[in-house]
Amino acid sequence: MQETTDSGPSGSKSRPKRALSFLRVQNAYAFIGLVLIVIFAWVFFVIEIEPQFYLQEGERARYAWDTFISQFIIGLAQGSIYALIALGYTLVYGILFMINFAHGEVFMAGAYIGFFAINAAEQSGFLESQTALAILLTMGVAVMGSVIVAILLERIAYRPLRGAPRLVPLITAIGASITLQQLFLRLFGSSPRTYPRISLFVGQGMWGCEPVDGTTVCEGIDLISKSYDVLIFNQEVRIRPFFFVILFVSLLLMSALWFFIQRTKTGKAMRAVAEDKDTASLMGINVDRTIVITFMLGAALAGAGAVLFALYNRQVTPFMGFIPGIKAFTAAVLGGIGNVPGAMFGGLFLGVAESVFPSALGLPNQLKDVVAFGLLIVFMIFRPTGIFGEVLSEKKA
Amino acid sequence: MRKMILLICVLALATVGIAPLAAQDDMMGPSVMLAPGEDLVIGFGAALTGEGLAPFGIDIRRGVELALEDRPTVTVDDVEFNVALDVQDSMCSPEGGQTVANRFVSDDSIVGVIGLMCSSAAEAAAPIFDEAGFSTISASATAASLTTSDFTSFNRTVPTDAAQGLAAADIIVNVLGATNVAFIDDGSAYGTGLVDVIIDAYEELGGTVAIRDAVTVGDTDFRALLEDISATDPDLIYFAGFNAEGARLIEQRFDVGLEDVPFMGADGIYGSELVDLAGDFAEGVYATRPIPASSDELDAFAERYIETFGEEPPSAFNTNSYDATNLMLDAIEAVGYIDDQGDLVIERETLSEFIRSASFDGLTGVIECDGTGECSSADIGFYQITDGAFVQQELEMMEE
Repeated sequence: MQETTDSGPSGSKSRPKRALSFLRVQNAYAFIGLVLIVIFAWVFFVIEIEPQFYLQEGERARYAWDTFISQFIIGLAQGSIYALIALGYTLVYGILFMINFAHGEVFMAGAYIGFFAINAAEQSGFLESQTALAILLTMGVAVMGSVIVAILLERIAYRPLRGAPRLVPLITAIGASITLQQLFLRLFGSSPRTYPRISLFVGQGMWGCEPVDGTTVCEGIDLISKSYDVLIFNQEVRIRPFFFVILFVSLLLMSALWFFIQRTKTGKAMRAVAEDKDTASLMGINVDRTIVITFMLGAALAGAGAVLFALYNRQVTPFMGFIPGIKAFTAAVLGGIGNVPGAMFGGLFLGVAESVFPSALGLPNQLKDVVAFGLLIVFMIFRPTGIFGEVLSEKKA
Repeated sequence: MRKMILLICVLALATVGIAPLAAQDDMMGPSVMLAPGEDLVIGFGAALTGEGLAPFGIDIRRGVELALEDRPTVTVDDVEFNVALDVQDSMCSPEGGQTVANRFVSDDSIVGVIGLMCSSAAEAAAPIFDEAGFSTISASATAASLTTSDFTSFNRTVPTDAAQGLAAADIIVNVLGATNVAFIDDGSAYGTGLVDVIIDAYEELGGTVAIRDAVTVGDTDFRALLEDISATDPDLIYFAGFNAEGARLIEQRFDVGLEDVPFMGADGIYGSELVDLAGDFAEGVYATRPIPASSDELDAFAERYIETFGEEPPSAFNTNSYDATNLMLDAIEAVGYIDDQGDLVIERETLSEFIRSASFDGLTGVIECDGTGECSSADIGFYQITDGAFVQQELEMMEE
């Protein structure tokens, strides 16, 4: 971690790191593999072996495969949203070495603006006639809303403090976070807004038809709202296709971001600024512009995540950004703050941990935050820089 | 953040601690003095912000406003005083309750307080009000512990959860026939207290607790918890908490295959707000709430409410706060007197004594305070959401 200056790692320092980076990435994946093996071993023990010691005839074990599979998938969906938000923390940290605590509110703003868009679409009937298009438009509007909020945030709250000590923008970020919460509270009231219940049917005819009221209806599967009983590994599990939609869309967006950072000129500029702002500006890179683009990228992901979140949980309030924001920040630290794949993995891991661990450990679900944050502490003790290490500037591909 | 609030509380406590010492010279208990023409100020504390809670606070406030519309002044010894309301947001947390309590007790002109709304806020505020000799009348804080903790300031015009819990346990076992129930609370004084009471009574009636767990207020994804619940095969899910979390639980049941398991809540989810939040998913959900004896005045009041505010009451407590306000005003008129200088004097101790032994016919039935702060005699009603609205159910006991 850079303690003394607010510029990135110097050139001489980054060279040995780059030489070691191959090994470090190997380590990270080995580490992930190790963690996963331990988790699955524990779950296997709890489900298959432990009951044989204490269970009486006819009693139900405290944990079963179907519960585990469901909770794992639910955790992946929740974790994808954490990951999308976490990327915003990580990108900004990677470049400015500053934690943008108002990022949760950028997420909240996206959800609100998306709500007004989708509500308008519902009122006009557009949502019903062109569901997929309406959702895409909603997402576009929400992304734009989040991006605008983030640009204003950067321009008003952060840019004037660019040269200040690192604690100053941190305090400003907390202030900006509370300001945005209260602003939305005053503007739109404290009562939760509810996203409409949307059905988007795909694959008509592929999954068989059912006779309804004398006529045969081939409605396909509802990607968003309905849930279905399916067999996974011979276990009957209730699955909502939207779990996978969230996961898929998130992975798609994250790969797009990865491509942008690694393969485009602007991405190269971002990496250069992350490495050394002063040198980058000597090379003709517009540092301010690059920083704004970084904020915009993070906000766009948060806005898209917000719409997914709101379609999933349907409830939008001025305070909704707080908890996901904290969790996403945790995910970013878990993965190695400043590191893009780290944030992705950290988010997914935190989501699954939160969902699966309390039950697997036989604890009440109420303690899920204790479990998640306890895990963070354990990880930080063994890997203080997170799973993937801390650097955005290095090219890893 | 928490430390900040704590610091503010400590500072506020310090100033409050100093104030009574200075005022104790006149050898009389703390009292309020009003010169003729001054407004008589009553404090009001409820959650006016917060997810799914604000509609409750607003509803309670409307009950107070309607009461003040009827009685805009109090008359003591033929001198009239205007009544003014000091409205504060006590939120639904201990911190919020303490902040508002400190604010009120540091203001000598506040005669009494209507509120606080949530049990958790009221519980934290009560010692502060006790210290200052204040009287508070809550229209909605139902936690059983509030009247068994020897608070001198706390009174309520709503039945205790001890009553609601017994009724709920009885309904669960004898009306709904459920014997393997999953209990969820929201970790608040209200939610935890209510579930404690219900489980005691429910186990006595022969029921088994399938699982007991809690949600975090402000969280939105309870699917992992519901998966755990689903694994225990419950025949009913009981939730003691408020709308925002209740609506998510009700809806997310459908994602884990629990949609056929009935869902029951308490007065915390009663009202149109739940239906707004959960939509069609809320159909069939059960709830209990304190129910006033039905009367013509009550019907007229309901009509007047809709006429004045243009909507159905979002919660169940507007009638309770109407009664609370009248109780407060009655007490002020009864114990207030005009002293030699022509000032209105209200001694806090006599005010408290009067409230704690008051008895009158209120909107919600006979209001009869038993000296512990318990004033309501209302019954517990049982409701189910049918076609998007709570409809009262006849209690048909299965066996007996």
